[in-house]
Amino acid sequence: MTKELERHAIVVVGGGPAGLAAAIGAYEAGERDILVLERDTQLGGILNQCIHNGFGLHTFQEELTGPEYAARYIALADELGIERRLGTMVMDISADRVVTAVSSEAGITRIQAGAVILAMGCRERPRGALAIPGYRPAGIYSAGTAQRLVNIEGQLPGREIVILGSGDIGLIMARRMTFEGAHVQCVAEVMPYSGGLKRNIVQCLNDFDIPLLLSHTVTRIEGRQRVEAVWIAEVDEHMKPIPGTEVRYPCDTLLLSVGLLPENELSREAGVELSPVTRGPVVNESLETSIPGVFACGNVLHVHDLVDYVSEEAANAGASAARFVQGAIDAGDGQRIPIVATDGVRYTVPSSVSVTRMPEALTVRFRVGNVFRDHYVSVYLGDERIQHRKKRVMAPGEMEQITLKRAELLAHPDIESITVKLEEE
Amino acid sequence: MFDVIVIGAGVSGCSIARELARYDARVCVVEREEDVCCGTSKANSAIVHAGFDAQPESLMAMLNVEGNRLMYEWAKELNFAVINNGSLVVCMSEADVDGLEMLRRRGEANGVPDLRIIDRAELVAMEPNIADDAVGALWAPTGGIVDPFGLTVALAENAAANGVEFRFNAPVTKVAREGDAWVITAGEETLYAKAVVNAAGVYADTIHNQVAAPDDQLTIVPRKGEYYLLDTTAGTHVNHTIFMLPTAMGKGVLVSPTVHGNLIVGPTATDIEDKEAVDTTPEGLHDVATKCSLTVKNVPLREVITTFAGLRAHQAKHDFVIGEVEGAPLFFDCAAIESPGLTSAPAIGCMVSGLVAEALDLAKKPEGAFDPTRRGVVNLMTLSFDEWDELCKQDPAYGHIICRCCRVSEAQIVDVIHRVPTPRSLDAIKRRTGATMGRCQGGFCTPKLMEILERELGMRPDEVTKRGPGSELVVGINKDQIEAPVSASEGGEA
Repeated sequence: MTKELERHAIVVVGGGPAGLAAAIGAYEAGERDILVLERDTQLGGILNQCIHNGFGLHTFQEELTGPEYAARYIALADELGIERRLGTMVMDISADRVVTAVSSEAGITRIQAGAVILAMGCRERPRGALAIPGYRPAGIYSAGTAQRLVNIEGQLPGREIVILGSGDIGLIMARRMTFEGAHVQCVAEVMPYSGGLKRNIVQCLNDFDIPLLLSHTVTRIEGRQRVEAVWIAEVDEHMKPIPGTEVRYPCDTLLLSVGLLPENELSREAGVELSPVTRGPVVNESLETSIPGVFACGNVLHVHDLVDYVSEEAANAGASAARFVQGAIDAGDGQRIPIVATDGVRYTVPSSVSVTRMPEALTVRFRVGNVFRDHYVSVYLGDERIQHRKKRVMAPGEMEQITLKRAELLAHPDIESITVKLEEE
Repeated sequence: MFDVIVIGAGVSGCSIARELARYDARVCVVEREEDVCCGTSKANSAIVHAGFDAQPESLMAMLNVEGNRLMYEWAKELNFAVINNGSLVVCMSEADVDGLEMLRRRGEANGVPDLRIIDRAELVAMEPNIADDAVGALWAPTGGIVDPFGLTVALAENAAANGVEFRFNAPVTKVAREGDAWVITAGEETLYAKAVVNAAGVYADTIHNQVAAPDDQLTIVPRKGEYYLLDTTAGTHVNHTIFMLPTAMGKGVLVSPTVHGNLIVGPTATDIEDKEAVDTTPEGLHDVATKCSLTVKNVPLREVITTFAGLRAHQAKHDFVIGEVEGAPLFFDCAAIESPGLTSAPAIGCMVSGLVAEALDLAKKPEGAFDPTRRGVVNLMTLSFDEWDELCKQDPAYGHIICRCCRVSEAQIVDVIHRVPTPRSLDAIKRRTGATMGRCQGGFCTPKLMEILERELGMRPDEVTKRGPGSELVVGINKDQIEAPVSASEGGEA
């Protein structure tokens, strides 16, 4: 017997930093009928296990831990009386915005949403996806799984650690495992540069004398039941191991920090267009996906470096969703201008702009595809360069941004595209 | 004293045990690993072969065709997953079309029904992603895919429910004759039995050779097969199981959907010496990646979620070795069960149990005393939301998702933990529910599964393993090897 369809103006899928900020953003834009669905038993998402500090420097001008940062948003959501359901996992989102969720308390619930905000976050790329030859013993963890075991459960996954990949969670875990009494032998990174934030390399590796082996990868895993050793080799410019450079590292644990993947299974099933570069939804200036009324923000949209940017972006997505259900958003696309990412710029979010819908100033975020020193970030409206800003160094591990001004776009009514690229001069 | 001891809780051993449970007999299965389905049975192509490969008149041919027929029947009473998707043997060159005809005739001689050779047009209609140079194929509609874990667990659970005993972590180190009994040293235990069945997989030779005459020694060569398993996003890249008709260029690899909705690609075939070497190799993985494109276009290998290797129990004569060992009364081999061993398992169970029962003159249990049915494990993927909602009303734990990739709830996990044989490790749970088998490979659900195992079985965190003793998941607690510094405020007596 199908239950009655519930109705809510805005349904937010996920109660992590993105979902919370989106819900608050929607509230502040005047919407009151907001429901947050969270699969965990508490709000806050992955921040709850990120007990290190460094969160909130931009948002609150102070250094908070992950749980502290989350707590501020949870307190605000509490204060505003934003409805949330915990232990509730969304199983399906239809193109006409019916959200189907499951929980122990209510079984299957179906909710017709005026607007949906996707805020499901991301997951870690597992060992299997790397196809590293060798055995499949215990003792191989993604860094986030190890982080949960250590920081939430108090359990130590191993004592002699090798880390593959220099993503931020891997760097943070190098330090954490050291604090907890384990010995971290090295961090191997297949690329010639780290995928993490500079500050994490300094504070988590350099301060503890943990070597970072750039252009190195794990080529073999030994140990039938539990990891006994891994072999690490240097790689050439095509990332192929160089024969003769293999070194055996006896260890009981291999932690992997080899990439984060936006978790878009629900979006894909709903029919949301995904970007092959970010693996997140393709969105416009309103952070609206290819399905009208479905918005996206946070790591499900593209993997962020700092949670502060997640919060800022999500608040915008929430405000857009509120305007959508209030009928205040212009449904007609009128002048939709694509933003082209090229010459070292891997992608932009958003990837298109409607001049009629955009705010006075629109933040466009992107990542670069390599380490660039003394390059200029240039923005072209059509053929005309309107921004040209020199940066001493840009790296794939850190997000960059530009601002597009509505007035400037209005002054260029005939352009067919906006281009963001890097230039040497 | 047992009537029968079966050595090995792989798919053959469990099938034999289940069929022996029809008789009035005390049966025990001894297994060196911590669970059923830990050797060859767990790491293979998971195919229900139609039966056109084996040489006519061979044991393999007979048991394959009969096993294929029984598999679909048994799936109904034992509730494991099998899909009759059909197999295609694809021919890559006009010069080899005769090979297809030969296969078809061989299949017919073996009793495989409904074999048909199809042309390229029909092939492309069935498989849009077939390689551009494929010229035709042998269509075997009785081919299928099966959950090898589900099958083996179902057989073991049904055997246990009908009185068969199991001993795990009990490697057989010695088999000897004492008077009229066989004495088996299995781990710490000494067990006695009237009859023994040797279903020890790649170790069947070491067991056999303890009791057989010097001129009747067996050699099992572990033949390694390496595989890619791709995400469910790639699961419909092909609809049928695609084999390549061997050419002068080689044998190719198969590309097939799995019952879990993934795409499996492999295997290689490399004879090795080490019977424990289930490691993947750079060469093997490269080989699979290269060969799959011979038959299927654009196999999305970047969607890989794991790679693995399994060992087939190969023997030089390439036929199953089944029967009483000469000079070793009531000692039965079930050896050299390589492909199509999984498909043949039901027929092997019937045949071997029949041989043993006849030799021991066992009587069938009275009508109704043997229950051939086994309750399946709920698969939420196959339920409608309304059906799922009904389940949640019966047990709210069906609404608590533990493994989000494979949609496994707490209720299923608790259900299987309280069955016999009891799963005590992450992999044992995986084999029964699918949890950890998805795209995140246990990234999210590992800590939750550990917690449930601890709660339900009273285990300590450091007792929970990936796959039995030696594969513990955690080694201690935070800071357990850091000596607390003596702080100034605490005085410090030194």
